[in-house]
Amino acid sequence: MSALVNIPETAAPGEIVDIKVLLQHPMETGFRTGPDGKLVPRNIIHSLRCLYLSEEVFAAELFPAVTANPFFAFTLVAETTGEVEILWADDAGEEQRQSQTLTVG
Amino acid sequence: MKATRRQAIAMGLAMPLALRVRPAQATPETMQAAIDAFTGGAAVTEGGVELKIPALVENGNSVPLSVSAESPMTDEDHVEEIAIFNEVNPLPDTVRFHFTPRSGRATAQTRIRLNGTQHVTAIARKSDGTFHSAQVNVIVTAPACRES
Amino acid sequence: MRLAALLALALALPAVAEERVTGFEQMSEDLQAMQNDPVANPGLFWIADGETLWSEDPGTGADSCKGCHGDASDSMAGVAASYPAWDEESGRPVDLAGRINLCRTRHQDAEPFERVSDELLSLAAYLTHQSKGMPITPDDDPRTDPWRERGEDLFARRIGQLNLSCAQCHDRLAGGHLGSALIPQAHPTGYPQYRLEWETMGSLARRFDNCIFGVRAEPYEAGSEDYVSLELYLKSRAAGLTIESPAIRP
Repeated sequence: MSALVNIPETAAPGEIVDIKVLLQHPMETGFRTGPDGKLVPRNIIHSLRCLYLSEEVFAAELFPAVTANPFFAFTLVAETTGEVEILWADDAGEEQRQSQTLTVG
Repeated sequence: MKATRRQAIAMGLAMPLALRVRPAQATPETMQAAIDAFTGGAAVTEGGVELKIPALVENGNSVPLSVSAESPMTDEDHVEEIAIFNEVNPLPDTVRFHFTPRSGRATAQTRIRLNGTQHVTAIARKSDGTFHSAQVNVIVTAPACRES
Repeated sequence: MRLAALLALALALPAVAEERVTGFEQMSEDLQAMQNDPVANPGLFWIADGETLWSEDPGTGADSCKGCHGDASDSMAGVAASYPAWDEESGRPVDLAGRINLCRTRHQDAEPFERVSDELLSLAAYLTHQSKGMPITPDDDPRTDPWRERGEDLFARRIGQLNLSCAQCHDRLAGGHLGSALIPQAHPTGYPQYRLEWETMGSLARRFDNCIFGVRAEPYEAGSEDYVSLELYLKSRAAGLTIESPAIRP
């Protein structure tokens, strides 16, 4: 599971910053049959969280209706220089994290 | 005339593929039940929420969705959550966004699967406990979940 | 009456499109934006995997692709734009995926990748991406000509239980609809490409399989003489159009 994450490198204090995330995942719905005629077990990314300065600023709960290779765009308010972390987890128990420093000044 | 007949035959080849056995579907009723579970039966005011989905989409496997709710996003007055519901997919729950004052705006974008033409509803829950909604009708020309 | 006569004439004539239009131009603005946005196009995951494979030690003591060819952005720019291309040693044209596998067996002492595998798809996508924005320039080796003609024959040949040829839809009915889907002119500018229908990346061979299955005929093998011939013909038909890979298509 890799990810493309777009977080600006710098921002002014109080500026509202756009974050974009694209995650590589099949988002298997659990409603689809495989070539053997049996249901393919559900495996979706069920949660996405964005932490900034170690506190959650945005989160999403995903259901099978979210596309394969899910895309998200949202915002946060720049305060002081610190880490922006994106964390996500799927039904198979895989947890991933990607982070970047946002320089504020 | 020949071309027309062939077109009709050719259309036939898309159809049997679309008529696959599908699991139990959400319905307008199950969507309402999911909304009631989300709101706890509280009143929902229409407006104050903008839900943007193209009226006509080329493939239901990937439908762009953009939602936002009007709010000053202060500690005292902000949007805590926006939930998206559909009425035709196997499950009425679609996606939910959780916001904080530090989100800056109650706005998010994603891409969703829609198994056919239907209404999609967004419900926003504010920090004062009130609920606000928006609904759009989406025409899906090629339904999702079709084997090709 | 004159209008009716004209209409009848229009239906009777094989209306080969005068102006070439790619699938990109026929998509909604939203899908075009998705293709062009470097954080919204999922095809880029396969490009990234291909880049990793390009530099990866094949584990046979031989060099990586990069070890011989250097930086792909230099050495591979424009290369995919002229595939399928003639291969001296096997005496036939090969497609890009075939060339990658020949490189593995001839120069890396490695097993060829499975024809339908993420590895081969990713490497082919990465190499094709190096030609993004460049025009399709078919191989001008005259030995490819008979193969191209064979491709043209295949394109015009009625096949399957529905007794349809590629040309009947993609030349005569291009711009019209099959069910609710728009029929494209079939210019392969975007492959390997991310199809929303597939919810993943796929090759031109996969697209051929879909169409041939659709008319209820038996698909050929990826990399087979038939598919390489068909691709040669389609590429010459699309000569000069711009490579887009990784494209997004509905």
